[in-house]
Amino acid sequence: MGVVQDSILLSHLLKKILNQSVTFSGNEFVLNLKNSDELISTLSCLKYHSEFQFETLMDLYGLDYPSRKKRYEVQYLLGTLLYNQRLRIRLEVGEEEGVPSIVSLYPSANWLERETWDMYGIFFEGHPDLRRILTDYGFEGFPLRKDFPITGFLEVRYDESEKRIVYEPVELMQEYRLFHFLSPWEKK
Amino acid sequence: MKAKKVKNFTMNFGPQHPAAHGVLRLILELNGEVIEKADPHIGLLHRGTEKLIEHKTYLQSLPYFDRLDYVSMMCQEHGYSLAVEKLLGIEVPIRAQYLRVLFSELTRLLNHLLAVTTHALDVGALTPFLWGFEEREKLMEFYERVSGARMHAAYIRPGGVAQDIPVGFLEDVYRFLSQFPVRLKEMEELLTENRIWKQRLVDIGVVSWKEAMEWGFSGVMLRGSGHVWDLRKVQSYEVYHHLNFSVVTGTHGDCYDRYLIRMEEMKESLKIIEQILNHLPLGEVKVDDRKLTPPPRGRMKYSMEDLIHHFKLYTEGFSVPGHRESYGIIEAPKGEFGVFLVSDGTNRPYRCRIKAPGFLHLQGLDFMSRAHLIADVVTIIGTQDIVFGEVDR
Repeated sequence: MGVVQDSILLSHLLKKILNQSVTFSGNEFVLNLKNSDELISTLSCLKYHSEFQFETLMDLYGLDYPSRKKRYEVQYLLGTLLYNQRLRIRLEVGEEEGVPSIVSLYPSANWLERETWDMYGIFFEGHPDLRRILTDYGFEGFPLRKDFPITGFLEVRYDESEKRIVYEPVELMQEYRLFHFLSPWEKK
Repeated sequence: MKAKKVKNFTMNFGPQHPAAHGVLRLILELNGEVIEKADPHIGLLHRGTEKLIEHKTYLQSLPYFDRLDYVSMMCQEHGYSLAVEKLLGIEVPIRAQYLRVLFSELTRLLNHLLAVTTHALDVGALTPFLWGFEEREKLMEFYERVSGARMHAAYIRPGGVAQDIPVGFLEDVYRFLSQFPVRLKEMEELLTENRIWKQRLVDIGVVSWKEAMEWGFSGVMLRGSGHVWDLRKVQSYEVYHHLNFSVVTGTHGDCYDRYLIRMEEMKESLKIIEQILNHLPLGEVKVDDRKLTPPPRGRMKYSMEDLIHHFKLYTEGFSVPGHRESYGIIEAPKGEFGVFLVSDGTNRPYRCRIKAPGFLHLQGLDFMSRAHLIADVVTIIGTQDIVFGEVDR
């Protein structure tokens, strides 16, 4: 019971202080940000305002919707250990846009932003060290984008004659087959 | 005499170093033997799990979670199953919930045994490792008896668990419980008051109260700094709110505190398992919905409808209607493990984001190891309980 009451209180506060409306889904709030200019000010308020104290950035990740006008989405998952609440912030990002980096507010965003850059190619403005993190040294392309093939472009093997690892274009014995198994007559 | 110019030098650590817990490559900037900066290069075990899951049905994605953090398999299945169930809006039967908690706690023992004993091995004590792995063998036998696999179980599935436990299983868990505290005691006798162990761990890798929050730490890394934060308590899931156990926290935030917490958490897990043995209710272990869980094998032999359900479930799988988002979180042995799923009305997730606790912990290696010696880096990696399956995904 206590948690539900706190949740109602929190949604009132978010509306009053930030002038943002939130929806409650499952066990966390979802806040849609319209514009990346608001990001830093909203997050600073959420972090430092005594009513919120969202001091932990638990997760940060990208999503790709090629059919939307603004193709990408970045989501921030904040948590407050004091009030035991979670808040998910959704921010839509266009293809040519950058997102302000929040490393100065939340140090833990450093690697998470690097990962999002690595996987989606979303640029974080003002990030101190925006290198690739999970992919290979010298990797090209952004693997989690929907237009990146699951088999990739390059494959690696050890070349006995050259005595080193060589990169070659992927050569498949058989074309990658994607079975979706959805019944054609059941409209979902 | 001319003043000598002193220059820091850079050293490469790993990726094939036994103390790197897999494939960690560290670029250490050293001043003498003191670390000025540590830059972990990760991704050597990156398998593109998130991408692969986008091309698999909800049920086919499950075994990938065993392979993330390959020492706490079922906990991750649990996190994923919770996320899928939240998408579907279903609740699993009470017996399945108890079984899930039972196996989550057995997994916690499995993980902490590995964490503590390999940590001791890195620091120089071999014996706890040998003793601990004998116990892990017994735990993996429990895995094998319910799922057929010693590690990659795929036992906890969306909608319940794969099958009910075999006859006599709980007696054997009880027999394990009755001897395990003695094994823990033996390990504690070797380590807790050991002079070398304490010299290597006390006041090493101190994480302050504030740092633990700012760097997004969770699990033991957070509790070591004094936060009373355990998702099993504060954002309880399944039947944890019926069970009696305490959250163990540290005071100094150093490696030694975190070692003590892991040992105590194992004892708390034993308490939980004992309560489950006493209270495990009878009943179904899967949701009674043939669109989500397979029918019993016996029924398939004579019922056409069940045969079709079985076939459809294992080819097409189930579809999640509409565009929905859900975030399933659990307290994995290493910390907060989260799975974020987006559905698009088809039978496969549109996006699956895996939040691995180890990723954020490893990020903190830099600040934790500053002004420490090279040998301490090994201690810090050990205390963070890094497993590259989940860091690199």
